[in-house]
Amino acid sequence: MKKSGAEILIECLKKEGVKHIFGYPGGVVLNIFDALYDDKDIQLILTRHEQGAVHAADGYARASGKVGVALVTSGPGATNTVTGIANASMDSIPLVVFSGQVPTLLIGNDAFQEADIVGITRPCTKHNYLVKDVKDLARVVREAFHIAFTGRPGPVLIDLPKDVTAGSAEFIWPEEVRIRGYNPTYHGNKYMINQAAQMIAHSKKPVIMAGGGVVSSEASKELKELAELARIPVTMTLMGLGGFPGTHKLSLGMLGMHGTYYANTAVQNSDLLIGIGVRFDDRVTGRTNAFAPGAKIIQIDIDPTSIRKNVRVDLPVVGDVKNVLKDLLKAVKELKEQQWDAVRNAWLKQIDGWKRERPLSYQFVKNVIKPEFVVEKIYEATKGEAIICTEVGQNQMWSAQFYKYDYPRRWLSSGGLGTMGYGFPAAIGAQFACPDRIVFDIAGDGSIQMNIQELATAVINKLPVKVAILNNGYLGMVRQWQELFFKERYSHTELESGNPDFVKVAEAYGAVGLRATKPEEVEPVIKESLKIKNKPVFLDFVVDWKEKVYPMVPAGASIDEMIFEEEEKKEKKLKAVK
Amino acid sequence: MRHTISILVENKFGVLSRVSGLFSGRGYNIESLSVGETIDPATSIMTIVTTGDDLVVEQITKQLNKLIDVIKVVDFMEVDHVEREMVLIKVSPRKEDRTEVLKLAEIFRGRIVDSGPTTYTMEITGEEKKINAFIELIKPFGIKEFVRTGKVAIAREGLKKGK
Ligand SMILES: Cc1ncc(C[n+]2csc(CCOP(=O)(O)OP(=O)(O)O)c2C)c(N)n1
Ligand SMILES: [Mg+2]
Repeated sequence: MKKSGAEILIECLKKEGVKHIFGYPGGVVLNIFDALYDDKDIQLILTRHEQGAVHAADGYARASGKVGVALVTSGPGATNTVTGIANASMDSIPLVVFSGQVPTLLIGNDAFQEADIVGITRPCTKHNYLVKDVKDLARVVREAFHIAFTGRPGPVLIDLPKDVTAGSAEFIWPEEVRIRGYNPTYHGNKYMINQAAQMIAHSKKPVIMAGGGVVSSEASKELKELAELARIPVTMTLMGLGGFPGTHKLSLGMLGMHGTYYANTAVQNSDLLIGIGVRFDDRVTGRTNAFAPGAKIIQIDIDPTSIRKNVRVDLPVVGDVKNVLKDLLKAVKELKEQQWDAVRNAWLKQIDGWKRERPLSYQFVKNVIKPEFVVEKIYEATKGEAIICTEVGQNQMWSAQFYKYDYPRRWLSSGGLGTMGYGFPAAIGAQFACPDRIVFDIAGDGSIQMNIQELATAVINKLPVKVAILNNGYLGMVRQWQELFFKERYSHTELESGNPDFVKVAEAYGAVGLRATKPEEVEPVIKESLKIKNKPVFLDFVVDWKEKVYPMVPAGASIDEMIFEEEEKKEKKLKAVK
Repeated sequence: MRHTISILVENKFGVLSRVSGLFSGRGYNIESLSVGETIDPATSIMTIVTTGDDLVVEQITKQLNKLIDVIKVVDFMEVDHVEREMVLIKVSPRKEDRTEVLKLAEIFRGRIVDSGPTTYTMEITGEEKKINAFIELIKPFGIKEFVRTGKVAIAREGLKKGK
């Protein structure tokens, strides 16, 4: 029996196990929306902006480990997805985005609501398709999910002309996917892995640098086992947080521009750096020719292009992180008797010294709320178990520093693209993926206004997502750079005078709004929000606008050239006296 | 260093822009590019001449391999190969130079493919060096225009060892 293209599409989604689609309708996708109208298995969640839909699908994917799905109309609907797609691409998040397209006969005619979305998204998708014949639809959908989810994951876009979803064909689900140009390497080279084990055995001062690849290949268990076995301290990139328990004795926290003193110092003093599922982004390495100067570098990654892209690599291992770590563990265990404790003692002691010397800290003052304090209180109140999404800016860095992530897939943050407006829709997606978990978006007053319309989505779906706004009245991170590097000339970063009353905004949408203006109000407000189970809550924390994120490595400096709060203050005073 | 890279791709619409977009998006340069079908009409081969140090060319070949529609990438720097390019040149020599021009073409095994009252159009095939040399030699006689195909290359069949 023949089915319509729209029906075929839905059959395909069911075959792929899709339960939720985040979407927004329009003319050329009406067929699909109609076919979804009385479907019992797939829920379409109407967001209030297509960017929100893609970020929600992204948050859903990060929290669940499944492919996130979005569906939008042609033209403006499609172009509105670009930021979300680019964001997922930079962070290697598996998404399949369906966009409607004008009928094939009109393509190229500048038809109403036509946009060349395949052309526009070519550089920010892992792959994309324009389906020209309904007979190809099932195969394309099958391939798209396969490509999005396997290898180094990423977003795939499928452009669906109206006549394709309106047309009809036999539904034939291809049981197998065969793409001759796509064969990721899943298993690492045995020789290289044995070499890596040798290097671990011979190193006195090793550091593991774990990234998003650990999370996406579900390799936390293997990583922990390796670190514990060979007694190797672990630092994480922003994307890697939760890939290794943040409260573990061997954890060094995050490294890089706003990394911990001890993580950056350990990397700079290491004799072996093992990069696992990382791409050595410039926010992590600082000036590359001064990065880990005394270290041999091992890099384990499924994407060969990640290797030697930014830093020299002495031993590359291409393969799926989980598989490689399994093999590496075996190889390490097969080494002749090792006295790991004795070998590592001095190194771990030295690191402990650095931890004591300069722990992450901030100055608590009486009458103003320090943003770091808010993050700490959220950590305590949620016992470190919540899913934390963030926006971008200072809020993001404080959330990375002061919440300890013990589990993977509980930290959802826009790492590569740094997209303000990501966190709130991502939190909505995460709450759909994990209905029983507490989900927070730790936000800035600037970022939250980039997708604030999604309050409606959260309210209508009775999602108890909590948005903790660290309201400093500024585009804080940019203001911080202006203060430090632009002579305190705060060009266009002041927000307070134009900010809405966030409590009232929440209430206007039918959500709950709470506010804290003094430190002693912080904990009660958080506790209050945790009691609300069927509505989103905005928590407006009026925080110290002068607070800056420390330590900080200025752009282009080496990662051991950190600025600390105390030094910075002293210097300022000196200048004032002069 | 200059590298000649041959890319076996799916013969589908949009593939050329995936490849060229990769070069422009990542700041790699393309000196020449030629595309054509292979013996299997479902695939084409693109031959690209590019320059870059070892790290850059390593990235280029890896990034190309990462494209889903790319089936195989060969960097001819590592392979014994034959390469050719063709140029069509239109010259308008002075009357007294016409025989000289024809002689030069003959020396370079060129063919006259068209002639007008005051022009010759010649076809020269060979390695890039030869084509450059010919262009230099013919320049003083007055080149009106020329078009080059870009390089194509194919691996040499070495004699099989053993047996
Ligand atoms: C979409 C987008 N536009 C601009 C920027 C540049 N940017 C980075 S941080 C930042 C300020 C963010 O302000 P806010 O959300 O209030 O966070 P805060 O730093 O104050 O915590 C800006 C403008 C960005 N990252 N994303
Ligand atoms: Mg702010």
